[in-house]
Amino acid sequence: MTISFQRLRRELFATPLDGLISLVLIGVLLAAGSAFLKWMLFQAQWTVIQANSTLFALGRYPIDQQWRLWLLTTLLALATGTTWGLLRSGSTPRWPRNDLVAAVLLIALASAGTWALQLPFPIQLRWWLISAGLLVCRGVAGRFGSSLPLAVRRGAAVVWPVLYLVGMVLISGGLGLMPVPPSEWGGLLLTLLQSSFAILLCFPLGVLLALGRRSELPLLRWGSVVYIEFIRGAPLITLLFLGQNILGFLLPGGLAPDRVWRAAWVLTFFAAAYVAEAVRSGLAAVPSGQLEAARSLGLPLPQALIHVVLPQALRVALPATVGQFITLLQDTTLLSLIGLLDLLGTARTVMANPEFLGKSAEVYLILAVLFWCCCAALGLGSRALETRLNTLHTPVKA
Amino acid sequence: MVALPDQAGTVTPWWRNRRLIPWLVQAAIGLVVLVVIAFLVGNLVRNLTAAGLLLSWGWLDNPSGFDIAETFLPFNAGLPYWRALLAGLVNTIRVVIAGLVGATLLGTLVGTASFSSNGLLRRLARVYVEVIRNIPLLLQLVFWYFVVFLSLPNGEQAIQLPGIVLAKSGLFLGRPELVNGVWQAPLRFTVEFGALLTGLVVYTAAFIAEVVRGGVASVPMGQWEAARSLGFSKLQTLKRIVLPQALRVIVPGLNSQYISLAKNSSLAVACGYTDLYSVAETTLNQTGRAVEVVLLLLGAYLVIDLVISALMNGLNHLVQIKER
Repeated sequence: MTISFQRLRRELFATPLDGLISLVLIGVLLAAGSAFLKWMLFQAQWTVIQANSTLFALGRYPIDQQWRLWLLTTLLALATGTTWGLLRSGSTPRWPRNDLVAAVLLIALASAGTWALQLPFPIQLRWWLISAGLLVCRGVAGRFGSSLPLAVRRGAAVVWPVLYLVGMVLISGGLGLMPVPPSEWGGLLLTLLQSSFAILLCFPLGVLLALGRRSELPLLRWGSVVYIEFIRGAPLITLLFLGQNILGFLLPGGLAPDRVWRAAWVLTFFAAAYVAEAVRSGLAAVPSGQLEAARSLGLPLPQALIHVVLPQALRVALPATVGQFITLLQDTTLLSLIGLLDLLGTARTVMANPEFLGKSAEVYLILAVLFWCCCAALGLGSRALETRLNTLHTPVKA
Repeated sequence: MVALPDQAGTVTPWWRNRRLIPWLVQAAIGLVVLVVIAFLVGNLVRNLTAAGLLLSWGWLDNPSGFDIAETFLPFNAGLPYWRALLAGLVNTIRVVIAGLVGATLLGTLVGTASFSSNGLLRRLARVYVEVIRNIPLLLQLVFWYFVVFLSLPNGEQAIQLPGIVLAKSGLFLGRPELVNGVWQAPLRFTVEFGALLTGLVVYTAAFIAEVVRGGVASVPMGQWEAARSLGFSKLQTLKRIVLPQALRVIVPGLNSQYISLAKNSSLAVACGYTDLYSVAETTLNQTGRAVEVVLLLLGAYLVIDLVISALMNGLNHLVQIKER
């Protein structure tokens, strides 16, 4: 990209007022930027992150069982690489520009990230191997994927639900592995577990609620309306509070789930109401003639919904739904307010340690960057999916 | 229900009757829901009886025994629980009203900045929205409180402007003066209130900016051009032509943002401000009255939401363009 003076002039100095605004803004930005850089390089003490990186990642997960999480991470990396390669198989060039950028980013993260955290060498080596494995799988699947039968390529998607179940067993134990109770899960692990669990379950629940709200059966319709409006009327923290304090009374003694799972279910039921509203807007965008046409062709109602209405509705509802998933990921920070050790909860325990008092700026900045990257990545993914699913070839709003 | 013979003289079996089936389905669902509710309520009553906490409201009159740092209504530890909860509610309403005003102002400013002819300003507005929306509110609140507001200087080093002093001990308005190293003024806001308000305003403004941007963008360019070619000035065009059309789109969007701001104010506990939720939590810890406290909380937030909705619906009614 070339910076032309004409363009600069048009953008920044079109009128005297614009010029004044630009000068003031440039001054403020320069001052703020240099002050921030000075703080980041000379004043901030990043040892608080380096010394606690395991705690931030896993919480108090028992050290002798951490190999299970390494195994899971490796499996996830291999599956990601293979899926990525299969999606790109048959494309020319073999590594499109976006893929190259992603690969370079991954290599940079694996080398610079582990160096910045000052991880011991064996751990660094593991991260390098895992990233290398991911890229090798990407390369192999991309090279040979197109010669595989279509059924195998489609079937590869089954890996993910299987991997999720394997992951749950690896994390929580059972089947011969030493059980690790949920109270010992923490940090990023807990945040990701809670959000992935809630995202996976709230979506089908939300679709059912949205269909219920548009149903012709009054009981179903009013039931869905009451549920959705009740949940949307209450702040999440009061519902989490309800889950922690009342669920124990609602179920027979001993049947109530652990505190971590209670929170996971509350998050799921909370997000379902919001997803339902997103899906409902998608359903409203599908002309009623579609359902009528499908029904008059002889499709039973469930099939007409699954094959005709929902595919169109969900495509319209996609951006709003992913928006809700992003909110859900952010909402997991509320778990720290009810005493669970998610990423933010762990951060608070670290900062309560006298050794790291007054280091909150560093910790919160890192958490903010982490959350920002996750949320922005979800948003980017949603936009990419939107373009891919846009079979009508209408322009997609950025 | 009587089965109807069809043309061939065969009888439609009851399980394919289009009028009967929906009712059977609903009856089945209703029965399941009723059984589940009965099961849950049964457990609730049994467990509460066993714990000696059966639903009652008499405890609201007992003295609370805890103090609230910052109240609008006079309050002390000797006053009953209902006064404590009321003080919390008033604190919530106070921060919500201030937040609504602040977020609307900042949001409108950022939203209009994204239409500026200045490229830098336009891009900064986008960056602001993208950065703020992708960071959890709770993280922003603890950042404002622990990193920004708690590191403010105290005493003589406090930030002093004419009539305003910002120190670690709070924001002082209306001729603040230093008495024995402590600032005093007729109007004082604590840093807890300041951090919560700043966090809520900055966060909600990013969403309101998007609402405003969407609203203004929904007015076709032709409307601007037509007005300008009729001789309207830029300001007149905005005021008489564009805004009335944009407001139709903006007001419903604002409604949902206002309601989320009210609900998000319940995160006050993270920066030490005693709002309704915070008082309720303390009350529950002291009395163990989980069901009553949660009911009160849910009811209070529902009423706040409904009030905001009602006001905004009234406003919506005003700004809708009446066709005949």
